[in-house]
Amino acid sequence: MAINFLHPYYEVLRNYDKCITCRACERQCINEVHTYLPDSSRMVCDDGKCVNCHRCVSLCPTRALKIVRSGNTYKENVNWSGRIIDEVYRQASSGGVLLSSMGNPENYPIYFDKILLNASQVTNPSIDPLREPMETKISLGAKPTDIERDENDCVKNNLPPQINLSMPVMFSAMSYGSISYNAHESLARAAEELGVLYNTGEGGLHEDFYRYGKNTIVQVASGRFGVHAQYLNSGVAIEIKMGQGAKPGIGGHLPGAKIIGDISRTRMIPEGSDAISPAPHHDIYSIEDLRQLVYSLKEVTDYKKPVIVKIAAVHNVAAIASGIARSGADIISIDGFRGGTGAAPTRIRDNVGIPIELALASVDARLRNENIRDNIAVVVGGSIRSSADVVKAIALGADCTYIATSALLALGCHLCRSCHTGKCNWGIATQVPELVKRLNPDIGYKRLVNLLTAWQHEIKEMMGGMGINSIESLKGNRLMLRGVGLNEKELEILGIKHAGE
Amino acid sequence: MTPKTYTPTINQKIAKKNAMIPHITKNKETYTQKEGQIRIPSGCAISGIINKSGKSMSGEAIIKSISVMRDRSNGLGGGFAAYGIYPEYKDYYALHIFYDTTTAKKECEEFLERHFDIINLSKIPTRKMKEITDEPLIWRYFVTPLPTKLADNQLDEREFTAKCVFRVNTKINGAYVFSSGKNMGVFKAVGYPEDVGRFYRLDEYEGYCFTAHGRYPTNTPGWWGGAHPFALLDYSVVHNGEISSYDTNRRAIEMYGYKCTLQTDTEVITYIIDYLHRKKGLNFKEVASVIAAPFWQTIEQMTPEKKEMHKYLRIMFSAQLITGPFSILVGFEGGLMALNDRLKLRSMVVGEKNDTIYISSEEAAIRIIEPNLDKIWAPKGGQPVIVHLKGGKN
Repeated sequence: MAINFLHPYYEVLRNYDKCITCRACERQCINEVHTYLPDSSRMVCDDGKCVNCHRCVSLCPTRALKIVRSGNTYKENVNWSGRIIDEVYRQASSGGVLLSSMGNPENYPIYFDKILLNASQVTNPSIDPLREPMETKISLGAKPTDIERDENDCVKNNLPPQINLSMPVMFSAMSYGSISYNAHESLARAAEELGVLYNTGEGGLHEDFYRYGKNTIVQVASGRFGVHAQYLNSGVAIEIKMGQGAKPGIGGHLPGAKIIGDISRTRMIPEGSDAISPAPHHDIYSIEDLRQLVYSLKEVTDYKKPVIVKIAAVHNVAAIASGIARSGADIISIDGFRGGTGAAPTRIRDNVGIPIELALASVDARLRNENIRDNIAVVVGGSIRSSADVVKAIALGADCTYIATSALLALGCHLCRSCHTGKCNWGIATQVPELVKRLNPDIGYKRLVNLLTAWQHEIKEMMGGMGINSIESLKGNRLMLRGVGLNEKELEILGIKHAGE
Repeated sequence: MTPKTYTPTINQKIAKKNAMIPHITKNKETYTQKEGQIRIPSGCAISGIINKSGKSMSGEAIIKSISVMRDRSNGLGGGFAAYGIYPEYKDYYALHIFYDTTTAKKECEEFLERHFDIINLSKIPTRKMKEITDEPLIWRYFVTPLPTKLADNQLDEREFTAKCVFRVNTKINGAYVFSSGKNMGVFKAVGYPEDVGRFYRLDEYEGYCFTAHGRYPTNTPGWWGGAHPFALLDYSVVHNGEISSYDTNRRAIEMYGYKCTLQTDTEVITYIIDYLHRKKGLNFKEVASVIAAPFWQTIEQMTPEKKEMHKYLRIMFSAQLITGPFSILVGFEGGLMALNDRLKLRSMVVGEKNDTIYISSEEAAIRIIEPNLDKIWAPKGGQPVIVHLKGGKN
């Protein structure tokens, strides 16, 4: 047998004084970390199988378990970190592409954390959201250039189709297949109760969820899984997925093992077949082709639904956005390099794309310079972690934000980044029936509602502090932002001043 | 009222010191930056009078009114807009221009000659007084766009004139057009407003509508161009407040070809009004519904037609919504609009006597000129008071 070069990253520590040998950990861990030894009546752990998902930690009734980093280290080397050495060993052993899940965890700048918000003092009053109306409602879509009047000289509603939201946050695309039925149900119900939207991702729409149509964005991606006329007409908007922040430039792959039962039917592909989404749409090799798809989708839906084009934040994102703004699309969605994924090649996830803050700032500036900002609404995602990130994104110029990782966290995800294994102990990124049922949608949806309700309160507090009582007056209000510890170039791109200026 | 011990000389000394610096940009580190180089918040007093029958009155009353609110200003800016004052030249654009130097004047006049037919030009008459010092060259031109230029540019007369004003203000160093409407004029300076009024001999003008502004900026070297009213074509705005939506409004309006060179609230509000009224064709009631939009919860309770209209206006012109405290008086050809922010975070009262409407930050400023009012009230936040001359257009 070959030598296993890899030492476990984590160690499961059990306090035997507290352990009552109830074996809950053993039942809860799909990775089979915990085993019961009948001879000695003791639980033992195989650290090598642990992904650090905290399922056992959270469910241990006596809090006997904790997971810590294993202290094992290689000889210290700044250039050859332990992680890089391990990855070489893994590839030398498997010959394969390294896979990862969820967003880029590497040590790149997080611009949201280097931006600070303003507040009113003396010359104008802050506004108390508990006493005065504080509006977070938004409308997403294109705007016409001119007003029109009817025969009575009243202004006519000549707006193209719009999406109406109670707050500038939506759940971004996660396909049925990459996440479970119960996760989808939680998102759909939460979106309905909150007055926001969730997004089907590219796996089609399960027949049970058509009833949430008023709160649904249906996605059309390069694999075209589950796309048909009824599907396209079932939501309030259609999103064309051109790219994803976690893996710009490449497609997707849902293994045949997950294409079972309902998923196969919803995706309209045979059971057990791999669902491969090509890197490009093979009918879109340039911007004019995109325009044709935009209008094909508008034809199918009788021009009643806004079309969103989702792209990954890459180097020339501003020019691409400018092209999309002239393509007939109503909304552009930009996904930053920290955005999550159910599976991506590690090298792509960790090395491709740019931060959403910079992408957003340059797109917004470019569209304004070209006087086409009204043609299109801008939605940003790719690591919106809190209400403060939402406020900063809006002030930088976004119309709305997309969240997914924080939504999954609300459902119990512990960011163990093992979605690609399909063995999610929390019942989120899995299709194993006994795991899926661990996520109770009645509880899950409520936690999502709680999360966004809390964020909405916080957004109102921050707006009130700035003396702004409508989110519309925060949009692109960059004077409300200041940078800390940013260089001139970064400030220039973000279009903000440094703190103290 | 002003405390008796108060002496304006300290502020005036500061103003004087700074006004002596012709091009502050060159000495950015050493001296206070002026409007346009930095955003300067300010508190203020405003007052306005309009006679609905179009009957002329002298500027005396408005000076008296604004002087009551002296403690709402700090001597760093005052000004007036007067409508109906140039009946003999009513078909010509009256350009009021500040020049820092004779070179600027020469350059600007060459520009004007290339683009306009200049019917009349003169220095604006002023009165020498110790309270107002360091005045720039102040000139007035009555002009009409050259028909060939209009045809070449495929622009209507007003758009052409507005564009020329932007050109002068952004391209010609030391020249600043501060008034550009027909049959109206803006008169402003660094100083207390009542002094500014006397300096410009406002009492010798006769018009149907006057607005006035006393400024309380928190930080300015006292540049004459930075005083209010701010005007473009026949729209003039005096404003009391500090808006929180400034950068949203600015970035949106700049997309439509406006240049916010002063970085003041009043400037951006004027452009928004020009954009909505002149360019988009909204009437003033609709303009008010955009900039001080009713809350969504109010809209939900409206009749279906009104609901539809307000929803539309809010979505269509979301970037022209103005939040934060303001009370504004918008003068325009044939009328006046008064408007508060939707929470009414600034004081504003309206008085009425026969055909004359008085609007001011404080009731005292109305009572001083008309003690026996037919009625007086404080309009609610977001509810415009729009006065049109009888027989005038909307």
